[in-house]
Amino acid sequence: MRKILHALGMVALLCLPGGAAWASSTADHSKFESLKGPFASGPEVTKACLACHTEASHQVMKSVHWTWDITNPQTGKRLGKARTANSFCGSPVSNEPRCTSCHAGYGWTDVRQPAPTDPNAVDCLVCHDRSGQYSKVATDAGHPLYEPRMIGGKLKQPPDLIKAAQSVGDPGRDNCGACHFNGGGGDAVKHGDLDSSLKKPSRELDVHMSADGANMTCATCHTFNDHIPSGSRYMTQAKDPHGLDLPKDDHNRATCESCHGDTPHQQAKLNDHTDKVACQTCHIPEFARGGIATKTWWDWSTAGRKDADGKPIFIKDEHGHLSYSAEKGDFRYGENVRPTYRWYNGIIDPINMGENIDDSGILVLNTLHGGPDDPKARIWPFKEMRGKQPYDPELKTLLINHVFGQDDSAFWTHFDIQKAIKFGMEYAGMPWSGKIDFIETRMYWPITHMVAPKEQAVKCGECHTGSADGRLADLPGFYMPGRDGSKLLDILGFLALGGAIAGVIVHGLLRIVLKGKSRHE
Amino acid sequence: MNKREVMIYTRYERFWHWSQAILIFTLFFTGLRVHGSHELIPFGLAVNIHTWAAIALMVLWVFTTFWNFTTGQWRQYLFKKGIMKVIRFYAYGILVGEPHPYKKSLQRKQNALQSLAYMTFMTLIGPALWLTGILYLLYNLWSHFSWSGEALWVVALLHTAAAFAMGTFVVIHVYMTTTGKTPLHYVKTMITGYDAVELSEVEEAYLKETKAADIR
Repeated sequence: MRKILHALGMVALLCLPGGAAWASSTADHSKFESLKGPFASGPEVTKACLACHTEASHQVMKSVHWTWDITNPQTGKRLGKARTANSFCGSPVSNEPRCTSCHAGYGWTDVRQPAPTDPNAVDCLVCHDRSGQYSKVATDAGHPLYEPRMIGGKLKQPPDLIKAAQSVGDPGRDNCGACHFNGGGGDAVKHGDLDSSLKKPSRELDVHMSADGANMTCATCHTFNDHIPSGSRYMTQAKDPHGLDLPKDDHNRATCESCHGDTPHQQAKLNDHTDKVACQTCHIPEFARGGIATKTWWDWSTAGRKDADGKPIFIKDEHGHLSYSAEKGDFRYGENVRPTYRWYNGIIDPINMGENIDDSGILVLNTLHGGPDDPKARIWPFKEMRGKQPYDPELKTLLINHVFGQDDSAFWTHFDIQKAIKFGMEYAGMPWSGKIDFIETRMYWPITHMVAPKEQAVKCGECHTGSADGRLADLPGFYMPGRDGSKLLDILGFLALGGAIAGVIVHGLLRIVLKGKSRHE
Repeated sequence: MNKREVMIYTRYERFWHWSQAILIFTLFFTGLRVHGSHELIPFGLAVNIHTWAAIALMVLWVFTTFWNFTTGQWRQYLFKKGIMKVIRFYAYGILVGEPHPYKKSLQRKQNALQSLAYMTFMTLIGPALWLTGILYLLYNLWSHFSWSGEALWVVALLHTAAAFAMGTFVVIHVYMTTTGKTPLHYVKTMITGYDAVELSEVEEAYLKETKAADIR
C-alpha cells in the first residue's frame, strides 16, 4: 500500500505545474501586445502583468518575501529580516538600498516602515523572468539598472525589460538563487547548502535538482499557494508525521516526507531511524560541495584596518578568498563541510536587534529547541556560523552597524566604527550607551539542500561509533548503539571473559604439568 | 556390563549443537561490533548479520524446545545430586588422576555440573538474550512512549550483560571439551554422535531389538 501511495505521490508531483520542463503553458507571453513595451522601469512591467494577473500583487504582499515580518505562533515572537539579528552583516536596518536589493519589490528604502503598498512595487520579474538577463542591481533597493553604470570597474548594461517581460514562466533555480544563493552578501556566503553551483548541479551535488536526477526546481518542494511559499527557517517542520502529500492535501511539499513518506527505506532498520533522525542528517553528508566555499567565521572586531598609506587593507588567501577585509573583518571559509548536529523540534528562537542578551559566554543568535525526549524533535544537520559582532557591553544589546550609504558615517566608506554604530542605532531609534565591544556568536542554519544520491548517504558507523570524531560524538543524552554503554558493565564483562580464559589456561597448564590422567572413560 | 559405542547424540541434537555454536559465535562477534568493542566489519553489516543470526537462533530454539519435550530429552537437564563431587573433581581430582565421579549412561548423558550449566544456559542466559533482543529489534513499536529513551538503555545493558555471561559460558564450555579421554574425544563424540557407554545386557538386547539407538 505504501508503495502504491508513493507512486501516486510521484505521479501527482509530475502532473503539477512548477515541476520545471514538464508543464507547458497555454499562453505565450511574447505574443501579448501589452508586453511589447517600452518599459521605463520595473514597476511599469509589473503594471502590465497586473492587468491580467489581477490578484498577484495582493498575494505577494502577504508573503514573507514581501513583508520581511513574521510572527512565530509557537513562541509569539515577531521576527523577520527587518528585526532579527544575524551574524553576517548584522541587520538591514540603515543599510537599506543595499540589503533591500533582495526584497521582492522595488524601492523599499526604509525597513523601519512596512514594505511599499503600491501593487506596482512588486517585482514580478525577479521570480518569473526566464530570459536570464534580468537582475536587480545590488545597491538600488530592489531596482534593476535602467542606465549603464560603472560597477567594480566595469560598465554594466541594464537588462532588457521587454525581453524579460515576454519570457516569463515558472521560476527556475536561477530565479530563487538570485537572492537565496547570495545571502550574506555573496555567493555561498550564508547558507552553505545554497549557492550558484545549484543552478546546474551534478547528480552527486543534488540528486533532486540535477538534470541527471529529478531536475526539480526550488518550487517543486517549496510549493507556492497564492504566492505564499512553503517551508520556513523561522518555523521549520522538523518532522512531518502527515507523510505523503497527496493532491487532496494542503499542497505543502517542503518536507522530504511529502514525497518520500516517513518509512522510505527498504530496510526496516533504516526506517526505525526516521522518528529521531531527520532525512537530511544522513542524506546530506557534507554541505558546500559544489566547489564554492561558504563563510564559517566572520570576525567584525578586526574590521577597519588601513595600511601605511591610509588605504583599507584587503588580503586574499591561497584560494583567492578574502581572508581579511577592512570593510568586514576576518573571514574563514569551508568547503565540503561536515554539518553540526543538534536536536531540533522546529522551534527556533532568534534574537532580535535591541533585545537583551547574555554576554557571559558565547552568544547563540538563534537557539534551537528540542531534545532527545521531545517527540517532535529529530537530530538535524546545521551549518554552525561562528563570528564576533559588535554589542553594547552596558545595555547588553547587539548593535546595528551602518555599513552602506552615501553619508559621512557608513563604515564601508569611512571605516569609523563609532560613527557607523552611532548612525545605525540612532536610525533604528534604539538606545546605545556609547560603548562598543565584540561578542563571539554562533548561528545555526538548518542544512536541507544538496541532497546526495543514496549511495553517498552517511554510513551507519559514522554515528554509531565511540570514536571522538564520530558525527554525533558531542550530542549526548540518549543511548546510541556503538557509541554508548556502561563502562562498569564493560569492565565487569571483560573481567568475566578474561578471567574465564585465564582460568582455563591455568587449569590446562596444571593438567599438563601434573600429568594427572583422569580415569574417566 | 559391556562397553559399547552407542549413538548418544542423535542427528538433530548434533545439528542443533553445531548450528547453535556457529550462530552464537556470529552473534558474539557482530554483537561486539555493534557494542563498539571492535571495528573489524562495518556497523551496518554487523547489525544486519546480527539480526538475521538472532532470528535464525530463535527459530532453532523453538524447534529444539519442541524436540526436547516430544522426545523427553528435557529430563537430561534436570537437577542431579552429586554436583559437589563433580566440582571437586574438576578443581582438583582431574589434576591428580582421580577417576571421574560420574558414569555416563544412556539415561544420564550429562553429569550434575553439566546439567546445571546447560539448565542455566537455557533458562537464564538464553531467555535474557532473546527477551532483550526481541525488545531491541522491535524498538519502533515502543519508541513513541516517553520512557523509551531510558528503556533502551536498560534493554541494551541487560542484553550486553547477558552476552558477556554467554561468552564466559562458551569459553569454559569449549575448554571442558578437552577434559575427555583425549583432548578431542568429546568434540569427536559431538561430531559422530557415538560415545562409549556401559550397557547392561538388557539394555543392549533392547537396543538391538528395537534399534532405538544405533550401536557400533
